[in-house]
Amino acid sequence: MDASARPDPLRLLGGRIPYVEGPLKVTGRAEYTDDLKRPGMLVGRLLRSPWAHARIRSIDPSAARALPGVYAVLTGERYPTAFGVLPITHDETAIAVGKVRYIGDILAAVAAQDEATAERALAAIRVDVEPLAEHTDPKVGIAPVTDPIHARGLHGSNVQKEVAQHFGDVDAAFARAAHTVRVRGSFAGVTHAFTEPMATIAEATPDGRLTVWSATQVPHYLHRALSEVLGLPMHRIRVIKPEVGGGFGGKSDPLPHEIACAALALETGRPVKILFDREDVFLTNHGRHPTQNDLRVAADAEGHLLAYDLTAAIDGGAWSSFGTVTTYYNGVLAMGPYRVPNFRYHGRRVYTNRPPSGAMRAHGGTNVRYTIEVALDELAEKIGVDPFELRRRNALAPHSTTVNQFRITSTSFLACLNAVRAASAWESSFRRLPFGEGIGLGCGFYISGSNSPIHFTPKMPQSTVHLKVDMDGGIAVHSMQADIGQGSNTLLAAIVAEVVGVDLERVHVVRVDSDVSPIDLGSYSSRVTFMMGNAARRAAEELKGRLVHGASELLGYPPEQIRVGPERFEVAHRPDLAVTYLEALHRAMERTGALTASGAYSSPPMGGSFKGARAGTAPAYSFAAYVARVAVDAETGDYRVGKVWAAFDCGRPLNRLAVEGQIEGSIHMGLGQLMGESLNYRGARLMNPSLLDYKIPMPMQMPEVECLLVGAEDPEGPFGAKEAGEGPLVATLPAVANALYDAVGVRFTDLPITPDKVVKGIETRRREGRAWKGD
Amino acid sequence: MRAPVRLTLNGHPVEATCPDERVLLDLLREELNLTGTKRGCDLGTCGCCTVLLDGRPVLSCLTLARLADGRSVTTIEGISPPSGLSPLQRSFVEHGATQCGFCTPGFIVAATALLREHPHPSRDEVVRGLSGNLCRCTGYAKIIEAVLAAAEGR
Repeated sequence: MDASARPDPLRLLGGRIPYVEGPLKVTGRAEYTDDLKRPGMLVGRLLRSPWAHARIRSIDPSAARALPGVYAVLTGERYPTAFGVLPITHDETAIAVGKVRYIGDILAAVAAQDEATAERALAAIRVDVEPLAEHTDPKVGIAPVTDPIHARGLHGSNVQKEVAQHFGDVDAAFARAAHTVRVRGSFAGVTHAFTEPMATIAEATPDGRLTVWSATQVPHYLHRALSEVLGLPMHRIRVIKPEVGGGFGGKSDPLPHEIACAALALETGRPVKILFDREDVFLTNHGRHPTQNDLRVAADAEGHLLAYDLTAAIDGGAWSSFGTVTTYYNGVLAMGPYRVPNFRYHGRRVYTNRPPSGAMRAHGGTNVRYTIEVALDELAEKIGVDPFELRRRNALAPHSTTVNQFRITSTSFLACLNAVRAASAWESSFRRLPFGEGIGLGCGFYISGSNSPIHFTPKMPQSTVHLKVDMDGGIAVHSMQADIGQGSNTLLAAIVAEVVGVDLERVHVVRVDSDVSPIDLGSYSSRVTFMMGNAARRAAEELKGRLVHGASELLGYPPEQIRVGPERFEVAHRPDLAVTYLEALHRAMERTGALTASGAYSSPPMGGSFKGARAGTAPAYSFAAYVARVAVDAETGDYRVGKVWAAFDCGRPLNRLAVEGQIEGSIHMGLGQLMGESLNYRGARLMNPSLLDYKIPMPMQMPEVECLLVGAEDPEGPFGAKEAGEGPLVATLPAVANALYDAVGVRFTDLPITPDKVVKGIETRRREGRAWKGD
Repeated sequence: MRAPVRLTLNGHPVEATCPDERVLLDLLREELNLTGTKRGCDLGTCGCCTVLLDGRPVLSCLTLARLADGRSVTTIEGISPPSGLSPLQRSFVEHGATQCGFCTPGFIVAATALLREHPHPSRDEVVRGLSGNLCRCTGYAKIIEAVLAAAEGR
């Protein structure tokens, strides 16, 4: 037994820890991919398809290649190997092969001496195509068609993935239900709108190696995709992740331009940079799927939930991306935070000739959560119970199992409900505010890391962390975890400093570099705090053991009596007997030189054995209860969210600054989707590919946010922590929608809820003769 | 046309020759290697490229470089002290006002101008003063808090 067995109060974790790269970011000194230059670097540019769906008859690059200053023009045949983030749905290529599938698909890539030459080269490429019928309606796409978008569509249709699940007996539950409600939700596609456009630099060197710098959330998956498509072994490819200016899921696939950039570098022998403009970013999309869902809820006389019967029709766009996961998540993430003993789900994701949808913050959980929480608000009204009481009666118990065999460990959902009810003065506000003002409750549930790695060798750990400390006493931390602004570098450093007992400034997180960083699967599925955190803790414990051993030798007391101090090691019952951190370190180094330590995390086995059982399984889940307050101008339909009270269970918050930041940012993103963001299409053409026409909320549109962090420690999370990166989004939308109902008596189920819909909703209610709060 | 542009950049005289259509953002980033000013949209919508022109915030992606001729330009590099941080920058760090950090230089530049004009702004003035800058990470809460705290010397 070592000294760590005795719980010491935490010095750093649990407090407010400023981000370690903050000083670089506030001075403009943080290096993003586009800030880097390589000697002799060429400009890479992509020729994008103006056709939504077409067979490529021929591409003639000869005129472009003949232009002075053009170094390479590549078409799809050069590297035709298909790839994709999920190993089961490889349907993308670096550059289009045989067909284009959306307006923006990549037809060719050029490398030239400068931007102007590259643009001239693009214009000189001759493309001959046979246009094919455009498929833009997922409802139509379920039937077989002459020219499906992908050959792998189910039975000659455009269905990419179909999921049918049934647990318990839904029909019997409806037959005995005292109350039923039905809500049909409609959700426009939305996109991440991170501020940093994608950028990639690639350089092939005469030693046979390829180095790729890229704005990515998933350096490891990029590494794999580069290797597969380019036919180079992974050890000859080096992936470096500079600072990334936001991702939210939009940089969580290996993307075609990253591979095309590397291909250009191999072709030319020169470094090549591809930098996206904002239209490129919109066309690459991978945002939240346009979705129609339909939920029927059955409950007994007291409001105990008996069953959900749910369907989802999901517009996938041109590629699979994470779509198989999306199709499952739109169903199975309905399985919390309430106990639902019978559940049936049918979901379809359909390819269309539109920019691909993919993973966006709270992937797969946002739209279904909206429909559920609106339905429960309606159910509560129908039964005549308070919305809080309805949810209390149905809350999942800690250490329970859902009907689809999710393993629930910690949940502080009831504490969330209690905290937010008290803070928001619910009692005196709900249905008591004047017409036009309202208050609403929405709750949340999300995975804290996907239990299933998107991995070809699932027995390997999901996260590994290495530490190295030499005589200077600085601790270098290596891991491929991808900080994209959420503060994972800070957490990594803080966990190491906490365990080893040193000042935070001694710990340096080394930039992600596949040559030295051990594999962590990256920033997606809210996995980093839980998985990297556990790996970091284990690595730090190992390092601490070595240091304690050194201190033990110096002090002449056995290791189990040595206590870790701030920057010192002391005898537990004789604190006057102590050595400094450096003294202990130098002693420990005498035989081995620089110390190294390693820690890894693999999630435990879980989930059922039926098809799709792993989807949605996670080593822990976050829970949320939000209350929003709105004021509506019934004349114009304009409304303002004045305040959001956000009670969140992320277990023990390890960095309160970061957790609050995630909640505040999630509310921003959730309000954007609810109030106005929408990717608008005319047929296959995206009509608003700019931040001028796709508006994200501005400072004056943001409500006051009060964070209530009430989680109890999770039994398996690092220091009791769970995720806080995505779960905080999902409760936002239904809380506001239910507040709008309280304000004006209209259920809004067609997102975004723009002012015209509000006016129309109020007019319809009045026409139907339903009075609301005297209106 | 290529005409010489003479400007005072972060307090130093600079002469650059660039085509008439070159925007200030490209002059800064591509020719002068001042990469602290960020390119987010090229359309004047995000505010990431905000710099000061004669002390007033402008969008360098929409400002022709030659319009800076004879004038003074201050970028994030000019606002940052040679070592350490300005009080506003320190406040951003301490309040967690930067997450991914890509919008941060633009916010620092805009907020620096705001505090010069209104050393003790109300919350409303801060919100309005920063309305030309987009942030997708923070929901602006900690940015506004950081600016107010810096103004109050907290």
